[in-house]
Amino acid sequence: MFTTLLQNVFNGLQWGSFYSMIALGYCLVYGVLRLINFAHGDIFMMAAYFAFFIGTALLGLALPIPGIVVFIITLVVTMGLTAGLGILIERIAYRPLRKKGANRLYVVITALMVGFILENGNLAVLGASALRFPDMINKNIIEFAGIRLTNLRLLVIASSFVVFGFLQFFVTKTQIGMAMRAISYDKFAIPLMGIPVNRIIVATFAIGSALAAVAGILFGLSYPVLNPYMGMIIGWKAFIAAVVGGIGDIKGAFIGGFLLGFIEIFVITFFPSSYKDLISFMILLVILTLKPTGFFGIAKSTKI
Amino acid sequence: MKMRKKLFLLVLVMGLALTGLFASGDSENTIKIGFNIPMTGDSPKVGEGSKFAAELVKNRINEAGGLDVKGVKYMLDFIYEDNGFKPDTAVTAAYKLIEQDNVLAIIGPDGSSQAIPAGGVADENGTPLISPWSTNPNTTLDRPYVFRACFLDPFQAPVAVKFAEEQFNKEKVAVLYNLESDYSKTLAELFKGAWEDANGSGSVVAFESFGQKDQDFSVQLTKIIASGAEMLYLPVYYNFVALIVPQALELGWDQVVFGADAWGSADLVKLSNGAVIGDYFTTHYAAAGAKGETKEFIDAYEAAYGYTPDDVGALTYDALNIVLTAIQAAGLTGDLEADRTAIKDEIAGLKDYKGITGTMTFTPDGDPIKDAVVVQVNAAGEFEFVKTLSP
Repeated sequence: MFTTLLQNVFNGLQWGSFYSMIALGYCLVYGVLRLINFAHGDIFMMAAYFAFFIGTALLGLALPIPGIVVFIITLVVTMGLTAGLGILIERIAYRPLRKKGANRLYVVITALMVGFILENGNLAVLGASALRFPDMINKNIIEFAGIRLTNLRLLVIASSFVVFGFLQFFVTKTQIGMAMRAISYDKFAIPLMGIPVNRIIVATFAIGSALAAVAGILFGLSYPVLNPYMGMIIGWKAFIAAVVGGIGDIKGAFIGGFLLGFIEIFVITFFPSSYKDLISFMILLVILTLKPTGFFGIAKSTKI
Repeated sequence: MKMRKKLFLLVLVMGLALTGLFASGDSENTIKIGFNIPMTGDSPKVGEGSKFAAELVKNRINEAGGLDVKGVKYMLDFIYEDNGFKPDTAVTAAYKLIEQDNVLAIIGPDGSSQAIPAGGVADENGTPLISPWSTNPNTTLDRPYVFRACFLDPFQAPVAVKFAEEQFNKEKVAVLYNLESDYSKTLAELFKGAWEDANGSGSVVAFESFGQKDQDFSVQLTKIIASGAEMLYLPVYYNFVALIVPQALELGWDQVVFGADAWGSADLVKLSNGAVIGDYFTTHYAAAGAKGETKEFIDAYEAAYGYTPDDVGALTYDALNIVLTAIQAAGLTGDLEADRTAIKDEIAGLKDYKGITGTMTFTPDGDPIKDAVVVQVNAAGEFEFVKTLSP
């Protein structure tokens, strides 16, 4: 019983890591722009596809390099490409609306549409057949105190902490991060201080998307069957996790992701698995009813 | 200026809509058959198998000058509607085929989740529908116009139990199924019932489920492994099998996994990266070692598309040929409603129809009485014949 419980703690940590990494991207964009970027889950999906192509091509060349190097190259290139995609989406879809001073609601709807365009564009270009993600990392099974882990699972869990640490550092300690917080604080006064608002927003999207890329690759390695809709549900759930954590707060999004992961895993552990979503979301609903701003959210004022 | 732009857009949209309407104009001497199949969505390979099998038949007949119906040659015209593997889209597709495209008969949907609602639409509108692959009883139940070309779950589950007992000699089993799929849920429950009848209550030590969009099954599998099960029954679609079986192996599962006919996709071994090798599943036909017309079909399919057809392709081939045989027997009057009913009557009256997936006679419910086979995934990734299970 105890080993089962411990095994499920690790199952929850791994699953929560994905929610956390995706929730952090939501949180970053929301914190700066007050925009719920509903396309974020699909950017995550696109990252998995980018990594699929790069990884398959690299492994296909059969270069005399170990899998871990292939993984690192794929990671870096995919992060770059996905950041580019994020910037492109911001340029094409969000900036024109912002320039016209459109209500935030319209931008959110646009984000939803961008998500559908990415899904269906992918479907149109690549066809609907599920793809097998290449195995870049040799999975080793580690037996430890009666539970079984893989090196990949540990990597996933570690990555989510690294992503969180990086984002926390970036937002609080760097100049761009400071500018991001400033925009979040008052986006009308900030241009007057000589801060290039558009450039900061571009940086926000680039970083948010690059973080989604990290999650996308690790997800592809962990669950190696890709399809164009894979980002939709997990994206929405990660958004809910970010809200429960207190959207706009990096710590909140991070913890919210793990919270949702653990709730889902432990509901299945103790109840019939058919009630997973029912019970999980009832718990989240109760949390939000008691604390509408989420765990770390502040009613208004500065976010991020 | 703005007004004109709007007007222009409106005209453009209307123009597009109208071309769509006129494009489907009728011509003399064609037989229109509709296909309600998943070409996108979670299981696109299923729709692809159906479409490719149908194209083979169509090309062969049309190149020979058309289908001979009582001395008159008719060209075949197939309309493929994508149902995206979703129940609501399958219903829309069924209405479109019946009312807009005026098809004589419909093949598909393939999956039970779509075939159950779409079958209702076809029956209400007096259009014969054959589902090649839907094994759920409700698809044809009390629907005179709805048929299927495959066996049923109430048959598949008990013969699977019987086979598993003889072959594996295990007592405690676990079942993992997809809660959001009628197919998976029904099969799981029937299997559980039949297993407990044979081995006593409590012999199904874990009965777990997951949702259509789930990708992580580690908790369910942890529970199953902790339950001490000696076999896992996994009546789910191949795309889930490809995720579940590797995760199970990672968590330390070392027993046999036994699946059902939804495993039978050409993509199964590729997507699971070989993790399913050595496992068994019940299905409709075994491609490896086929003879006669079955082999001819497999060879033609491999030549045209480069891979071995899966069971859904073979069943679509049978379903389509049953419809064409019925049309030849009934003759065509040109009155759509009368023709549709005549075709339905002919299908219902078929006796010992020799298809490539077995010999079929329809029961009054529209279900064929036919055999199932068990195959094992061999080291080469082929589905190797193990045993025929008769009703």
